[in-house]
Amino acid sequence: MTDVSASILTTADGKPLKAALAASQARARRKAFMLVAPLFLFVVITFVIPIGQMLFQSVYNDTFSATAPALRQWFDENPPGTEPDEAAYAALVSDLRLMREERSAGAAGTRINYDISGTRSMFTGMARKADKLEPPYKEAVLAEDKKWDNPDVWRAMRSASSPFTIDFYLAALDMTRDETGSIVGVKEGQAVYKMLFGRTLFLSALITVMCMALAFPIAHMLATLPMAKSNLLMILVLLPFWTSLLVRTTSWMVLLQSQGVVNDFLVWAGIVGDDGRIQMMYNQIGTVVAMTHILLPFMVLPLYSVMRTIPPSYVRAARSLGATSWTAFRRIYLPQTLPGIGAGALLVFILAVGYYITPALVGGADGQLISNLIAFHMQKSLNWSLAAALAALLLGGILILYWLYDRLVGIDNMKLG
Amino acid sequence: MTNAADDEGFVVFDRVQKSYDGETLVVKDLNLSIGKGEFLTMLGPSGSGKTTCLMMLAGFETATHGEIRLGGENINNVPPHKRGIGMVFQNYALFPHMTVGENLAFPLEVRGMGKSEREQKVKRALDMVQMGNFINRRPAQLSGGQQQRIALARALVFDPKLVLMDEPLGALDKQLREHMQFEIKHLHETLGITVVYVTHDQGEALTMSDRVAVFNDGRIQQLAPPDELYERPQNSFVAQFIGENNKLPGVVETLSGDKCTVRLETGEIIDATPVNVREAGQKTLVSIRPERVEFKSEMMPEGAHTIGAEVLEVIYMGDIFRTRMRVAGSEEFVMKSRNTLGQTKLVEGEKIQIGWHPQDARALDPM
Ligand SMILES: Nc1ncnc2c1ncn2[C@@H]1O[C@H](COP(=O)(O)OP(=O)(O)O)[C@@H](O)[C@H]1O
Ligand SMILES: [Mg+2]
Repeated sequence: MTDVSASILTTADGKPLKAALAASQARARRKAFMLVAPLFLFVVITFVIPIGQMLFQSVYNDTFSATAPALRQWFDENPPGTEPDEAAYAALVSDLRLMREERSAGAAGTRINYDISGTRSMFTGMARKADKLEPPYKEAVLAEDKKWDNPDVWRAMRSASSPFTIDFYLAALDMTRDETGSIVGVKEGQAVYKMLFGRTLFLSALITVMCMALAFPIAHMLATLPMAKSNLLMILVLLPFWTSLLVRTTSWMVLLQSQGVVNDFLVWAGIVGDDGRIQMMYNQIGTVVAMTHILLPFMVLPLYSVMRTIPPSYVRAARSLGATSWTAFRRIYLPQTLPGIGAGALLVFILAVGYYITPALVGGADGQLISNLIAFHMQKSLNWSLAAALAALLLGGILILYWLYDRLVGIDNMKLG
Repeated sequence: MTNAADDEGFVVFDRVQKSYDGETLVVKDLNLSIGKGEFLTMLGPSGSGKTTCLMMLAGFETATHGEIRLGGENINNVPPHKRGIGMVFQNYALFPHMTVGENLAFPLEVRGMGKSEREQKVKRALDMVQMGNFINRRPAQLSGGQQQRIALARALVFDPKLVLMDEPLGALDKQLREHMQFEIKHLHETLGITVVYVTHDQGEALTMSDRVAVFNDGRIQQLAPPDELYERPQNSFVAQFIGENNKLPGVVETLSGDKCTVRLETGEIIDATPVNVREAGQKTLVSIRPERVEFKSEMMPEGAHTIGAEVLEVIYMGDIFRTRMRVAGSEEFVMKSRNTLGQTKLVEGEKIQIGWHPQDARALDPM
């Protein structure tokens, strides 16, 4: 016993040192926590919970399964591919009656409609008639509406009868299940999402490269000009930040549309004919130009903050050692700006991948990005689970990029401002 | 061309002027000729234009007027990378993303030198500064003194004929600085290179240089070897800037040849050597080094004037005593006397007579 007590360090009055230290720091820790608490709560409520809920929705959807207990039971008892028999139709009718009672036929129908379009009305219509149906139900139902014979509808109901599903992810990756339940690609012509993901990544990369090309010289100037001039230039760079996003986007519309300022100038200058006005709006050009402009400050600021810390003596040293100005730039200056390039590129790319308003306004059909489709599923088709799955894939992609960046450049090397 | 170079020196500033803003001249009419193999120091207070001169020589600033010649050729329009001048920057400017070896190989690489020759030269340069074992370190992993050595090695590795150093030891502590002064001097002697060295530390300038150019206000105030600079300053600025000096303002009483007497403001007459006073009645500032002040009459020359002094403070400094006295109304008059075995110990409040050899008191222009 005495050995143990001797081995623990104690304060002068015999309290264990660790406990005394914790007690003495408790007040400071409590204070620190109080300072952080408001933001912490805010972030939990407005960020962690919604994102968690979104991720949950992408794999959980009970709008059908909650009002179809009998069908659920039948699907559990019979393996996939079983021809729906009388018992199956009896279950269907019983569930339709329940839906009529709970007024949930529309919602349940919408869920099946995600998979097979035009099926929502089958549910609402049949639910209205469900009370009048008499056994044998199979004949009764089919007599009312021949479409219930469709095995695709039954397959869709089977998959929707379990609230947990990865089907939304399959849909988000242009995949579906065939008759036997195995995963296959969707038919030619129905695939949209993979192409959109590809386009989003490509356009974001293009925008990032354009931002980098435009921001690098400006940031360099900002970092090397005397204070008074660089402040003025900085205000010009930040001006877009102080203008509403919508105003900026619409001003690009004024500039780029076919009767717009740029085209008018080109026609005036005789570069293009009046009938050959260039289409720069409602296509990818519009999206790229407007987003490059809007995201430019996010590239300039990290670059500037890195460049400001690079003393001019490095390039001078390189020059005095015999390097031409190009070699000095490439071998000495550029490598030292990498943390800024990395931070700016990551920032611009991540923002571009998730951008919504600008492509929605100036992108037309071909300039749409994945986030516009997410918005479509949130607002128009009301397929929140698919929207959530698309968003989760986007989030996953960004996290992977972030991880790659950390592996290649090191996140500690990043400098944001 | 080569003849001209022999005649006029290796590096020549010919009536060079420099203005950054078009309103003030930072360098005013600089004429300076530096011989081959010379160690020349530009010494002066901060803002006196030393760095600007060095930058013009290196090619990073253009001269507003005048010509800079290197080896007899006008280099005003030669870009920095073609001048072949080695340079050591104040903060070393070692490339942080390269190892020591890569830093040193850089000037050789851009000259298109082969790998084996490069490695050999890098190794030789590192050995020269006793840093052979650090070839794979990054600059951030080195101490200030080590970085300084690497910067020196990098400036020398491509065998430049001329090396410029802008306050290279400014960031080091005193002991290391003194050690590096010695090493730089040693390298200069063994390699036979021409060095233009910039510092605001007079001790550094005096110990290292063949000649020192004292800068102030964009002009060279005096260009001379260290001993001459210390013992025979040409004007009050130099006298004041180099070493410690006692200053006694007064009016020239008599002037004959290389001797004069000066009447101080309090009426006493002292001996002095006229430096830049021309006639009796002119205002002057007499400057005397503290270690040349004597208080024992047998140490003063025959017939020297003496002046009364009251001891205010005696500071024991080990090798010397530093005695502060009230002389001719000034309380800042200092005398330094060696701490020898039989040295007379002065005490506070004691009244003594002091004097000096007329050569040691220099009558300069009043500031
Ligand atoms: N790039 C510059 N632009 C404008 N003024 C400068 C610049 N560099 C130096 N100066 C001015 O020139 C004067 C001399 O500076 P400098 O040559 O650096 O002096 P030193 O090296 O002797 O301290 C100072 O007054 C300084 O403010
Ligand atoms: Mg300087």
